[in-house]
Amino acid sequence: MTNEVCTGAQILLKSLVKEGVKEIFGYPGGVILTVYEALYNQKDIKHYLVRHEQAAVHAAEGYARVTGRPGVALVTSGPGACNTVTGIANAYYDGYPIVVFTGQVGLNQIGNDAFQEADVVGITRSCCKHNYLVKDVKDLQRIIKEAFHIATTGKPGPVVVDLPKDILTQKTTFDYPKEVKIAGYNPNYKGHPIQISKALKMLSEAHRPIIISGGGVLTSSAHEELLKVANMLKTPVCHTLMGTGTFPANSELDLGMLGMHGNFWANHAVSHADVIFALGTRFNDRITGCLQRFARDAHVIHVDIDPCSISKNVKADIPIVGDVKNVLEGMISEFEKTNPNIYVEDKNNWLNQIEEWKRNRAVVKSPEGKLSAIDVINKLYEMTKEYDPIVCTEVGQHQMWTAQNFKFNKPRRLVTSGGLGTMGFGFPAAMGACAAYPDKLVLNIAGDGSIQMNIQEMATCADYGFKVINCIIDNGYLGMVRQWQEKLFHEHYSETKISHPDFVKLAEAYGALGIRIEKEEEIEPAIKKAIEAKCPVILDFVTESMEMVYPWVLAGEPLTKVLLSNDC
Amino acid sequence: MTNFHTISILVSNESGVLSRIVDLFSGRGYNIESLTVAPTIDRLFSRVTIVTDGDEAAIEQINKQLNRVVPVIKVADLNIGESVEREIALVKIQVKDEEKSDILRIAEATNSKIIDVTDKTYILQAIGDEKQIQALVEMVRPYSVKEFVRSGKVAISRNSQFSNIKNL
Ligand SMILES: Cc1ncc(C[n+]2csc(CCOP(=O)(O)OP(=O)(O)O)c2C)c(N)n1
Ligand SMILES: [Mg+2]
Repeated sequence: MTNEVCTGAQILLKSLVKEGVKEIFGYPGGVILTVYEALYNQKDIKHYLVRHEQAAVHAAEGYARVTGRPGVALVTSGPGACNTVTGIANAYYDGYPIVVFTGQVGLNQIGNDAFQEADVVGITRSCCKHNYLVKDVKDLQRIIKEAFHIATTGKPGPVVVDLPKDILTQKTTFDYPKEVKIAGYNPNYKGHPIQISKALKMLSEAHRPIIISGGGVLTSSAHEELLKVANMLKTPVCHTLMGTGTFPANSELDLGMLGMHGNFWANHAVSHADVIFALGTRFNDRITGCLQRFARDAHVIHVDIDPCSISKNVKADIPIVGDVKNVLEGMISEFEKTNPNIYVEDKNNWLNQIEEWKRNRAVVKSPEGKLSAIDVINKLYEMTKEYDPIVCTEVGQHQMWTAQNFKFNKPRRLVTSGGLGTMGFGFPAAMGACAAYPDKLVLNIAGDGSIQMNIQEMATCADYGFKVINCIIDNGYLGMVRQWQEKLFHEHYSETKISHPDFVKLAEAYGALGIRIEKEEEIEPAIKKAIEAKCPVILDFVTESMEMVYPWVLAGEPLTKVLLSNDC
Repeated sequence: MTNFHTISILVSNESGVLSRIVDLFSGRGYNIESLTVAPTIDRLFSRVTIVTDGDEAAIEQINKQLNRVVPVIKVADLNIGESVEREIALVKIQVKDEEKSDILRIAEATNSKIIDVTDKTYILQAIGDEKQIQALVEMVRPYSVKEFVRSGKVAISRNSQFSNIKNL
């Protein structure tokens, strides 16, 4: 029935249904009870009760990352809302669409330091794309419509909607708006045709071109167009951490990841390029190294839907504001029309030069005695690849080893916190992936430090049968920080040795499967058991403490100054 | 040398817009030299005028970042087009009898008005551009200035930078 009179709480849920939302992650509390009452009386939306609000937001983001659809979190006021901040900031940095609904004290109490009051709009202002305080029940459906629109268009991001308690009980007619009109918000999707022509000409004529594929390629689902463009221009492609999976690892033109822990040859190729074609990347310091010495000879063509990203860090010679997919489509059709000379010989020489650099690989010495984390991660990749798994990670050495050693041929398979680098993100994000695709194999490659940041979510997994396989690289340290201390602070391991409970017993306490792996020959059977298990899993891989992530460009150094092993 | 720019921002007149803009400036380390805000003829919109400094790249970023704020409708860097700007300044001066005629002369020379008089104080009002206000500052400096307040700039372009939104 349309045009029904409903309470604010009912309108919220009905609006979610209109937006196609089927799953939400949340945690109840006083002021938001009316929404939970409305949830109780309906069947369209499934609510997952987490154990900490931060996890609800990360789970919503994990859901958004693997599906491309907005994730939704629902929490109460004050402490509940404050607990969401890290999750909101994480989604903002990496540009994923989520909508977070927070309870608020009644309108007449706002500003009076009421029980569990927090200025959510003020607190989240600088870490979300936009936020709203709903002041009239009549505005509620319009605001929800706008929130989803803003979260999912342009450069996607988190939107927060703060819901005062009294709004949720007041009534109005439900008539969900069909359109959104926001005067100040009109993201530009179409790249300028003249700029696209100029870019095509520059790339065709380039001697040493390279494409940098960033998270924007994933967001705009431009991976097929990217492959086409790379092949037609015979141009190699490297990717940022966020762009993992946007270019198939099995392509001859793939150079893998660039940046601080990227491939030696990718960093060299970028540094010696004469044209850089940057797609949907912010040129974050983790990929540029020392900015003044970054790709000094290169002309830069930069495509991004967010004008702020262009010429912020690296000055663009040809800026193109627009959606990557549209721009690449435009380029392909122009190429087919004009069939320009791409100077194949130059391009081949360049590819040969890169092949030369590829011989310079990081020297990986397996540690003696204890397990090597890199060996474990390689084994995980080999044994799971046939399942096309979703691979989440926490933050640290294990994250970089995963990015380096897992090969991804598809987008939306690696789920990792890039911009904010949030320890504790991977596990709840993996729950979001499980909620989205209950039949998929979902791994969370974790550190022994990071996993303890949201370990309480084992209970959520047990409740809903989220079969996350937590593969803990248990090196006894906050390894990535220890690595910096080893090199830069005279091996003073200040506060980076970290303990943990018995992970096997912990798994069992939560009704999960726990296996400790200490020897080479235990790896395979353990992974096999984990894949076959019908419950959440913790694999505790006890690994060498002193293993390092190489290649490594120290912060502030130019990309060409790569350390490849402990000896250099 | 610092390079001042006057940035005119048309925004929806809703609560919190000013904090969004000010937060953006402080969060990203941009400087606010002066700031004014008031509704336009249509009360659905407000105009914020910010004077800030920075090189071309910084101003370009400020411009783009402001455009990213959802309730911001239009941003114009008024130093690029030709524009007219005005500021108001009020000065309270403690005057001895023998100084009174000096102050009257200053008022005349700087095109200021004396808008309040007590037996010990004069209040001068000056309306003008940066130079005119600065001239007044220099001229009253030798006297006993008790208070000095300035509005911050408002500015308007001489051409039609905002022509797509009528009468704002
Ligand atoms: C919430 C949070 N706090 C602190 C950090 C800083 N930090 C980055 S990596 C790291 C160590 C992570 O340790 P662990 O999870 O054991 O992973 P490892 O590096 O040992 O593989 C720390 C503390 C962070 N990224 N996030
Ligand atoms: Mg560790």
